[in-house]
Amino acid sequence: MNKSLLMSVLLAGVLAACSNNAVKNKPAAPVAQTAAEAEAARLAAEKAAAEADLASLKDPSNILSKRSVYFDFDKDEVKPEYRALVDAHAKFLLAHPKSKVAVQGNADNRGSREYNLSLGQRRSVAVKKVMNLAGVQEAQIETVSYGEEKANACKDEACFQQDRRADIVYDHE
Amino acid sequence: MMKHRFFILLLIALFSLSARAELTIEIMGGAANQIPIAVVPFDASPAAAAQQSSISNIINADLKRSGLFRTLETRGVANQPHQVADVKYSDWLGIQAQALTIGTVEPLPGNRMKVAFRLLDVLKQNQLLAMEFTITQSQQRMTAHKIADMIYEKLTGEKGVFATRISYVNKANGRYSLEVADADGFNPQTVVSSKEPLISPSWSPDGTKIAYVSFEKKKPVIYVQSLVSGQRYVLANFKGNNSAPAWSPDGSKLAIVLTYSANSQVYIINADGSGLKQLTYSSGIDTEPDWSPDGAFVYFTSNRGGGPQIYRIPSSGGDAKRVTFEGAYNVSPHVSPDGKLLTYIKQDSSGFRVAIQDIETGQVQTRSETTQDESPSFAPNGRMILYATNVGGKGTLAAVSSDGRVKQRLTDAGGDVREPSWGPAN
Repeated sequence: MNKSLLMSVLLAGVLAACSNNAVKNKPAAPVAQTAAEAEAARLAAEKAAAEADLASLKDPSNILSKRSVYFDFDKDEVKPEYRALVDAHAKFLLAHPKSKVAVQGNADNRGSREYNLSLGQRRSVAVKKVMNLAGVQEAQIETVSYGEEKANACKDEACFQQDRRADIVYDHE
Repeated sequence: MMKHRFFILLLIALFSLSARAELTIEIMGGAANQIPIAVVPFDASPAAAAQQSSISNIINADLKRSGLFRTLETRGVANQPHQVADVKYSDWLGIQAQALTIGTVEPLPGNRMKVAFRLLDVLKQNQLLAMEFTITQSQQRMTAHKIADMIYEKLTGEKGVFATRISYVNKANGRYSLEVADADGFNPQTVVSSKEPLISPSWSPDGTKIAYVSFEKKKPVIYVQSLVSGQRYVLANFKGNNSAPAWSPDGSKLAIVLTYSANSQVYIINADGSGLKQLTYSSGIDTEPDWSPDGAFVYFTSNRGGGPQIYRIPSSGGDAKRVTFEGAYNVSPHVSPDGKLLTYIKQDSSGFRVAIQDIETGQVQTRSETTQDESPSFAPNGRMILYATNVGGKGTLAAVSSDGRVKQRLTDAGGDVREPSWGPAN
């Protein structure tokens, strides 16, 4: 568990304790106030849960912290080993209908800039389609291609491979 | 919003005035039978004649750079003629010149000058060309290039391209700038500059406008910018990518690539941004359109058959026919000005190299020795192919003659250069 998640849980606990005390010590308090306090506690708990959820996107032990899908040269198929990663993000998006992602397609710096721009677009769309199959709405996914424009100055396959990629980026990041 | 727009316009205006570092051109190789030519300094004073920017030195450098001429050292000849009457042909036969260029530069009031030149055949001892220009100081370089073009055409039978311009993208200090320079790399002017990538510049056939792709809106959008006023307009900003602009030979339309419906497909749009029509239909990538010089066909890259290959389609629509068959990866087609040759990037066992294909016979030859080549395009006379490559980890431009004999390298000390495109002859 990371720090921010722990903080959120503690905070939620403290808030809950406060509202309990309020009820116990002032039994004659107006109902509306108690309801308001309960509502505040509920919102706080919800916010804490949301923060915990967002934290899961950054938690290195959580698959959601992995954001890059890698491709073979001149290919745009999402390879089986990246299905679990894309599905995990699809599940997250389904559970958080207000979250949005941009899928950014990239290519290595070999060949044609324009062809690579199209290839990057195909890669981002391929990742989006896997998410669509899992039920994620179009409105939650934007695709963009940088082609080879963000590629590294590579000379060997180990380096090229890092650039043949689609990144999943959340809009709040 | 208005303020923002005004600011952008202002920036463009400012950048269009700023001059950048120049490209340096290095020549490697030359034609088998170079024409030996002597260019006698035009200026009367030796100090003026020695300047690199002197008209005769620019003519000399142009002819030499073409690879078709062997420019001879003239300083050893005692008699340096400026007029035909003073020419002793035996002097020039003595240094084995076949052609001789002489001339004069005469200052006129009001920062103007009169330039006269003559081209002489040393073997036949007769005059081939004679011409006089009255110009301003700032027209000096272009006038020298025009004289070099006339000499080149008279002696080779081909049109010269010294008085043309090239464009390219320079990446330096995290900024991209689209530059237009003279064909010899001098006088670079920034057309537009951005923190986001600029790619795929395409000259209008009359040389007054450039279409290009800018990522400044965080996605590729096509702009058309006037090289005269510096003003620009959005040609295409549809949903998805807008890229790969290519002017039709009559300048009325552009072929562009959109991902509007799904995959990259080729569309035709009027130069004012109206009348969008889809040209290609495939479930794969269709991109990098280029028109045949008669406007009848559009060549393009497509991976509809698996890997990327070059196809062509009637520009009025119809069936696409595959054009390249050697190798698994052929991209970035450009047709020669006479419509007979196709240059493109071909992947072979050593890397990505410039290839040239005879459209009628289908015969393919690889023309470059570099291995990370991109974006080849023909000079307006079809003799040279200008392309981008990588030398020692640095983006560099290079040029190779269609016959493979003449090779040049164009570098910018200040940055990575890429995305070259040779402007039209005016």
